[in-house]
Amino acid sequence: MQIQEVPRPISAAPAALLTGDPPLHVRSLKVLLVIWRAMTISPRVAVGSAIVGFFILVGLFGPFFMTIDPNATSPLFIAPPSAAHLLGTTVVGEDIFSQLIYGTRTSVFWGLGTGLLVTLLSIVMGMVGGYFGGWIDDLLTLLTNVSLVLPALPLAIVLAAYFPRGPLTISLVIIFTNWAWQARVLRSQTLSLRSREFVTAARVGGENALRIIFFEIFPNEIGLVVAGFVSTTIYVVLTWAALEFLGLGDGTIPSWGGILYWAQQAGALGGGLWWWFIPPGACIAILGAGLSLINFGIDEIADPRLRREHPIKGKNSEKAVAA
Amino acid sequence: MRHVIRRILFYICAVWVAITLDFFIPRLAPGDPAAALVGKMSTKGYITPEMQQTLSAMFGLNTTDPLWLQYFKYLGNLLHGNFGNSIQYFPTPVIQIIQQDIGWSIMLGGVAVVISFFIGCLFGMIVAWKRGTVLDTVLSPLMNFLSAIPYFWLALISLYLFSYLLNWFPLSGGYDSADIDPGWTYDFISSVIQHTFLPALTLVISSMAGWMLTMRNSMITTLSEDYVLMAKAKGLSQGRIMFWYAARNAVLPNITGFAIAIGTIVGGQLLTEMVFSYPGIGYALLQAVNQQDYAMIQSVFLIITLAVLGANFLADMLYTFLDPRVRQERSA
Repeated sequence: MQIQEVPRPISAAPAALLTGDPPLHVRSLKVLLVIWRAMTISPRVAVGSAIVGFFILVGLFGPFFMTIDPNATSPLFIAPPSAAHLLGTTVVGEDIFSQLIYGTRTSVFWGLGTGLLVTLLSIVMGMVGGYFGGWIDDLLTLLTNVSLVLPALPLAIVLAAYFPRGPLTISLVIIFTNWAWQARVLRSQTLSLRSREFVTAARVGGENALRIIFFEIFPNEIGLVVAGFVSTTIYVVLTWAALEFLGLGDGTIPSWGGILYWAQQAGALGGGLWWWFIPPGACIAILGAGLSLINFGIDEIADPRLRREHPIKGKNSEKAVAA
Repeated sequence: MRHVIRRILFYICAVWVAITLDFFIPRLAPGDPAAALVGKMSTKGYITPEMQQTLSAMFGLNTTDPLWLQYFKYLGNLLHGNFGNSIQYFPTPVIQIIQQDIGWSIMLGGVAVVISFFIGCLFGMIVAWKRGTVLDTVLSPLMNFLSAIPYFWLALISLYLFSYLLNWFPLSGGYDSADIDPGWTYDFISSVIQHTFLPALTLVISSMAGWMLTMRNSMITTLSEDYVLMAKAKGLSQGRIMFWYAARNAVLPNITGFAIAIGTIVGGQLLTEMVFSYPGIGYALLQAVNQQDYAMIQSVFLIITLAVLGANFLADMLYTFLDPRVRQERSA
């Protein structure tokens, strides 16, 4: 995979030594380039990214093509799918396809946004503790570990039951109950990075601690953060749907979990209204599968031992290569 | 020993946090949930002065005690097993309802966890052993997909398919309560099995993937160890290498996972019980959420949390016992 075979001019070597690390934006670009390369190398990641991209596009632009208001009732009750109503209607005559498309917007964007916020919180909690050490770290580690052992879904249900219904409540509740896992991973990574030379150099150079954490150490952990974001988002989407399915969401905003809740309340199952409860669940499952495909690919990149072996290698030669 | 004491202190701390959260959440909730609830219930016309008093006590409204005194009274009540009274089944104590339901949850979850653990580990082992073959390339992504399916939706689908369309299984409940009285009779037990089969199956399918993927990854790592190569070089049989050399060492993360899964039995199947109207804790929680039976919601949370913490503690101890390296570990 080495491409740098072009002989460099001799004068370039000392210059490269003098400048040290390339500036931050160059390093970040390199990381992005690595991610892009990874996306295109592994078919799993490519398929996963395509699925997630599709849902984002539907969420962004889908509602503009909808001619039927998702909350509008009509006298056409419980109609099976037809040309006019692609996924049929509910017991009060709402168009399910329209609900699904508007629901995609709610579920995908609140899901991704919440996943992002969970990641941000865990970055702060994990990296600050890992960098400072001492009592700050002890305190944050204790908080993280306690939060890890408390069961997330039951706690989320209790919290969501007391606070006003709506996406904001669900989002906050999920952030509050799910940040710890990633914080722990980032803490241990920061712990091992903080004694590296570039960090010492920055500290000796008189840089502010927060600047060191977020501008010197953080770019080195982007891979971990991305992997954590993806797996967190899978969990967020599932938990979100679960809370709404329980009736803890805002019933007037269409969303995947909300559609399932109304279907369950109206007894769609006993009535055989498959077009009501199958599509939203399928959307959740497909989005989740797309995200976990991406994650699978990231795992393979991070741990070369999980990579698929090429069949060209013989069974015995593989050991020799690894050794 | 130092490690064990540290862990014990940690779990005591975690229990305290859970209990304290349970105390403060109703008091920090914005607006006035108690008043809203009382208003809602009096319009339905079935609120008694006693119920109102119970509610106020729960939200800390009917007392002039300072907060810290309320807190200690609350702790005292918990120590005496007094979790408050249910609103929807007033004045039945919450703990009595939980005692009725928890057996059902434990039975359903226990069966599902054990079965999915064994099937998942076995599949993970085989798939890692046959890595790169058709079996691996088909089964691994398939399992990945299964693990991303919301398990309550899987429950809905299978209920629709097998109970509604095919009529193989009953649509709801834990046993045929119309015709059969509970007891150790053949009729009752077979009815219970018939009602438990489908919920257990959906739980197994949705949790199997996790065991399989962990086992696969851990097994792949183990397979590249030198002692496996050594075993191959000695010319041992494939089965012996797979089970006694690789799998035995690869199963460690899954064993501690198993201890934790035992603790999540009650909490991890909440929604399955709701879909199947299965008479366990999850279904009780759904009804409590719908009826805004706050004492019930909080007690269910506490019970689940205690179970999870207990199981985690057990897993910790098990790991210390199984892997001597953990005992020496100093937390940095």
